[in-house]
Amino acid sequence: MEQRPSALLRLAAPLRSLVQRFMYLGLIAAAFGLMLVGKIDALLIDRMRAEVTNAVAPIVTALSQPLATISEAIVAVKGLSTIREENIRLTQENANLKQWLLVARKLQAENVALHALLSSVDDRKPRYITARVVAGTRGAFANSFVINAGSGDNVRKGQAVLNDQGFVGRVSVVAKHSARVLLANDINSRVPIIIENTRTRGILAGSNTNRPKLIHLPPNARVTTSERVVTSGHGGVFPPGLPVGVVASVNDGGVEVKLFANYYKMEFVRVADYGLSGFVDTSAVAPGAGGKVEKRR
Amino acid sequence: MSEIFWQRLDRAARSITPFGLTLFLVILSVVPMRIPGYAEIAPVLALMAVYHWAIYRPNLMPLWSIFVLGVLQDLLSGVPLGLYILVFLTVYGVVLSQRRFFAGRSFLLYWLGFGIMAFCAAVESWALASLWHLSLLNFKTVFFQFLLSMGIFPFVAWVFLRWQQALLGPDQDVS
Repeated sequence: MEQRPSALLRLAAPLRSLVQRFMYLGLIAAAFGLMLVGKIDALLIDRMRAEVTNAVAPIVTALSQPLATISEAIVAVKGLSTIREENIRLTQENANLKQWLLVARKLQAENVALHALLSSVDDRKPRYITARVVAGTRGAFANSFVINAGSGDNVRKGQAVLNDQGFVGRVSVVAKHSARVLLANDINSRVPIIIENTRTRGILAGSNTNRPKLIHLPPNARVTTSERVVTSGHGGVFPPGLPVGVVASVNDGGVEVKLFANYYKMEFVRVADYGLSGFVDTSAVAPGAGGKVEKRR
Repeated sequence: MSEIFWQRLDRAARSITPFGLTLFLVILSVVPMRIPGYAEIAPVLALMAVYHWAIYRPNLMPLWSIFVLGVLQDLLSGVPLGLYILVFLTVYGVVLSQRRFFAGRSFLLYWLGFGIMAFCAAVESWALASLWHLSLLNFKTVFFQFLLSMGIFPFVAWVFLRWQQALLGPDQDVS
């Protein structure tokens, strides 16, 4: 009688390890399978990502609140020691800016008059949606962050995201109450740009480093460092003239751009709704929009 | 009767804490820290948890839970889906098969073991991501991420070791 359980156990142990080994290999295969699915049907994975992020966003927001308070306190204490120099600097800057204001007013009046004279079409005025950055990933593999506004707040895929310094990125995935922003330095990011003074067109391509590169410049284009780079508006995805960055270095490896937007400080961003629809319409191929496809046929 | 019920509930609640802690680390790793230069090389905190629990309580962190944590890490951090699933599974598998080498030795060896595993994980994730994007990514960032992981590991490990002493009791089997 006593032999039976031990015999069973003797049989069960290798069987269990065999099952475990199969399960291990199975899960590894499943992971590779998921990678393939992501390559083939990126939209499906994007929607999964959006839903999961949407569900976790409240927790992340709650966690980020105390951290934000701590970092604000640190910044405030740091600022105390330089408050005098800061004041002098700001006074000087203010005097400078007041002069610029006069110039700007004059130019604006002139611009309005010329526009009226030529009866040119105005650019559309954007509507801004302000959102808090609640989660983010930077690094060699992905550069994106999550904001706490989504389709419920009129955020749409492809909209430009700005902060007070300049262009940040574009909305890549939208859920009900959250959206993922693809930063301009992500390897998947391509932004049509123009060099402000020379009007040279090009594409700003991210490479998952801090310095995205300019590609597809005209063959004889002359680019020098510290030239300003702004969005060109080509392709109708982003409005023209958003400040992106300055040319940081020009060498054989290409033209590198230093972005204006400082990612680590970013707490709030603005999603600009210009009513542009130049972005590739993905709803027609999304699995959820099968009805639309049927109608077109 | 009810005492047994409460005891069981208590034990169950304690035994899901390794998974819960790891899940917390997955979520914590996407919270923006606002420290200059930190975000680019922010370590994969969950990797430390996977390493630790694979050595000390693999029975409380079954394979499928590693898979689930990997899926969440991938979806939340925005990397290609499957990347961290494979990294976590590899680390878990290797550590589990070499458990006798890691367990019960000095803290230094335990730390060194993590160093080896974290470096392998860094290389693996870099290779997978490069393959996915079909272009060589910047390994320097990944390397600094690994160094920072090494630096942070003792603090996380200390919390885990104390947690396990306080809540999980002595290990049932080190086989």
